[in-house]
Amino acid sequence: MTASTAPTPAADAHAHGGGHHTSLGLDNRKVAIWTFIGSECMLFASLISTYLIYKGRSPQGPFPHESWTNPTTGEVFKPILNIPITSASTFVLLMSSLAMVLALAAVQNRHVPKHSAWDRILGSSKLWLWTTCLLGIGFLGFQAYEFTSFIHEGLTIRTNLFGSSFFTLTGFHGAHVTAGVIWLFTLLAIDYRRGLEPSDATIVDIAALYWHFVDVVWIAIFTLVYLIK
Amino acid sequence: MADNAPAAGHAHEDHHPTWSIYWKVALFLTIVTAIEVSAYYIPAWETSWVYVPSMLIMSAIKFVVVVYYYMHLGYDHKVFQALFTGPLIIAILTLIGLLFLFSKLAIRIGLLA
Repeated sequence: MTASTAPTPAADAHAHGGGHHTSLGLDNRKVAIWTFIGSECMLFASLISTYLIYKGRSPQGPFPHESWTNPTTGEVFKPILNIPITSASTFVLLMSSLAMVLALAAVQNRHVPKHSAWDRILGSSKLWLWTTCLLGIGFLGFQAYEFTSFIHEGLTIRTNLFGSSFFTLTGFHGAHVTAGVIWLFTLLAIDYRRGLEPSDATIVDIAALYWHFVDVVWIAIFTLVYLIK
Repeated sequence: MADNAPAAGHAHEDHHPTWSIYWKVALFLTIVTAIEVSAYYIPAWETSWVYVPSMLIMSAIKFVVVVYYYMHLGYDHKVFQALFTGPLIIAILTLIGLLFLFSKLAIRIGLLA
C-alpha cells in the first residue's frame, strides 16, 4: 500500500474492525486495556502480599535464601533461589520490552521511507514481533527450568508456605507471559496475512501495553522475591 | 520527549519517544538491574540497613521508567493515567496495610526512649 492510496486512518480503522471512541474522544479499546491493567495491579499486589506475609513462616524448608537441614533425615538443602539464572531471565524480559516498542514503532512508521539497511531493520515489524515472541518464550524456558530444578530439589507447591506462595505468584506471572506470547503470535499472523498498517497501531499498542505490564510486574517480583532476603 | 506531552485529545497519539530513546531506556534498565544484582553479592551492602531501601528505590525507578517511556503513559491522556495510577495506589496501600496487619511492618514510636 503506497502513501498515495492509503485510506484515511478513521476509514481504515473501521475497515479493519477498529474500535469506537468514547465521549472523551478516547479509543474504547485503550480504555479497556488500561482498566484491565489497573485491575491486574490489584491482583498481583494481593499475590505479592501473600508471598511477603508467608515469607519466613514456613516451619520446614527448603527456604529461598537460607540453608536447611531436615531433622528427620539429616539431608541438607541449599538456599533454593538461583539468582544468576533469574537475573538472566530478567534481562531477557527487559529486552523483550525493547523489542515490543520497536515493533510498535515499526508499525506506526511503516510508510516512512527507509534509506539505509539499519532503517529497514528498525522498520521491520515482523522482525521485532518475532524477537519479542522468542524472548518471551526464552523467559518461559528459564521459568520452566527453575520450576523443574526446584521440584528436583524437593520444593513443590505443597511442600511449605514458601513453596505455595512462590509457585502461585510466579506461576500466575508465567501464565500472563504465556498469554502475551499467544497474543503476539496472533499479531504476527495478521502481519503475514495482510501486513500491519499504521491504522493497526492501536491493536499493536494494546498488546504492547499488556506486554510491558507483565514486564513491570516482573521488575517488582524480581526485587521483592529474589533480591530482598 | 516531554515537550511533546499532550494536553488532551488525539494529538498525543503521534508523539511517542524516538527509537534512540527506546535504546537508551533499555541500556538504563540493564545498568540498574546489573547494580541490583551486584548489590546482592556485595556483603557490605547486602548486610547494611541501606540494602532494602536501595533495592526498593531502584526497582521503583525501573517500574516508573518502563511505564513512562515504554507504556508511554507520560505522553498519554490523563484518563489513562488515572485508570492506571488509581488502582496502583490502592494496590500499594493494600499491600502495605496487609504487611502491617500481619506484623511484617511496624512503626517504632520513640515515646519510651
